[in-house]
Amino acid sequence: MHDQPSTAELVEAVKAFIDETASPQLQGHAAFHARVASNVLATVLRELEQRPSAEQEERAGLLALLPADEQTSLEVLNDELCKQIQNGVLSVETPGLLEHLKRTTMAQVEIDQPRYSGLKTAKT
Amino acid sequence: MGVNSDFETQLGTLFTRVFGGDAQLETVKRLSGGASQETWAIAGGGERAILRRAPGGTSAARSSAAIGLRAEAKLIEAAEATGVPVPRVLHVLSDGDGLGDCFLMSHVLGETIARPILRNDEFQSARDQLASQCGDALAAIHAIPIDGLPSELQESDGLAQIAQYEEIYRSFNAPRPVFELAMQWLKTNAPAPLPPVLVHGDFRLGNLMIDQTGLVAVLDWELAHLGDPREDIAWVCVNSWRFGQSQNRVGGFGQLSDLLNAYQAANGAEIVPEDIDWWEMLGTLKWGIMCMIMYEAYRSGADPSVERAAIGRRVSETEIDLINLLETANA
Repeated sequence: MHDQPSTAELVEAVKAFIDETASPQLQGHAAFHARVASNVLATVLRELEQRPSAEQEERAGLLALLPADEQTSLEVLNDELCKQIQNGVLSVETPGLLEHLKRTTMAQVEIDQPRYSGLKTAKT
Repeated sequence: MGVNSDFETQLGTLFTRVFGGDAQLETVKRLSGGASQETWAIAGGGERAILRRAPGGTSAARSSAAIGLRAEAKLIEAAEATGVPVPRVLHVLSDGDGLGDCFLMSHVLGETIARPILRNDEFQSARDQLASQCGDALAAIHAIPIDGLPSELQESDGLAQIAQYEEIYRSFNAPRPVFELAMQWLKTNAPAPLPPVLVHGDFRLGNLMIDQTGLVAVLDWELAHLGDPREDIAWVCVNSWRFGQSQNRVGGFGQLSDLLNAYQAANGAEIVPEDIDWWEMLGTLKWGIMCMIMYEAYRSGADPSVERAAIGRRVSETEIDLINLLETANA
């Protein structure tokens, strides 16, 4: 399949349209939603760029914590992690658990809200 | 005025009835903020007031936790009696007024939006006082006699709230390991509950009217309930309510010791700071699940707005805050 324009280019074009053409003509509630929409597209662009490597790291972290087949999907691995925390097999004292959750959460916030104050705190 | 004419006509009649024959309603303006209740600024003939109204005048509450507007009006009156800075309730509307479930209160001037309060020079001296003023106000709220308060008020301590929010979280079937870990840690480390008091339930910037002198009114009582006083003290410390000024634990403007010293001086209760850490973690978890609830309105099709979709991507903010708190608690 061709990729010109790429997914990122298409999203960038729509974001530029919202920011430069649509937003200046909007007021009140519609202007607010246009700002939100532009921020959402910025999130989509970060996700396109960062998610593949973030998921790779997340998978490696989960496989280090759980006995599971290498081919298990991320969704199943995370479900299993949740169950093990819920039933007390894994806890905040488990070596590596908090570190894994911190890494994956930081990667998620880098995509969702990279300027969030809590992310700066986590980095220090 | 941009609202339906029945509403305007009924409001005009009421305005004249409350303020006297010479007061004709001239302006009606919908104020932003207040996601679940409508707030209108109305004025005419030199008089002004705020109308709090259920959306479209119907009394369906935002969630099972929200009390009705008539109960909210009663709480504001009870709060005024113990010296909490609040607007004065002017008139509680009966169904006969045709406006639905609502009340009129005095229009207190000031700023509710966090950004100018935390950044603008004109609020510098307000910011310096605000943590201890919040301690005073919370001490007064928690001293309101709970006998005789509206029967709509629910009672819930910390563990009950964990159970309540866990049930909502599980109903979404969207497992989040950080929430699981925080819930387990909270259940294992819960401090003994304190005797129940009236808890405001949403005491933070956005719901506080601030002017150059500091706190002038505590607003938005719809999430009030009976519970642990530390819930209110910790809620204003939740990092989301510091609006980017993380270094100032109380609301982005002050320090916890200032709040707790004022609180103890006013009501005699000594609060252990470590217990506030626990309640801050619970508050952070609750806010994360509230974001999931708001996103659910998008996912279910109930509210197809981009804003409801986007709020689902704020859940991770609360997750990183929970990680930071878990790290500190286990350091």
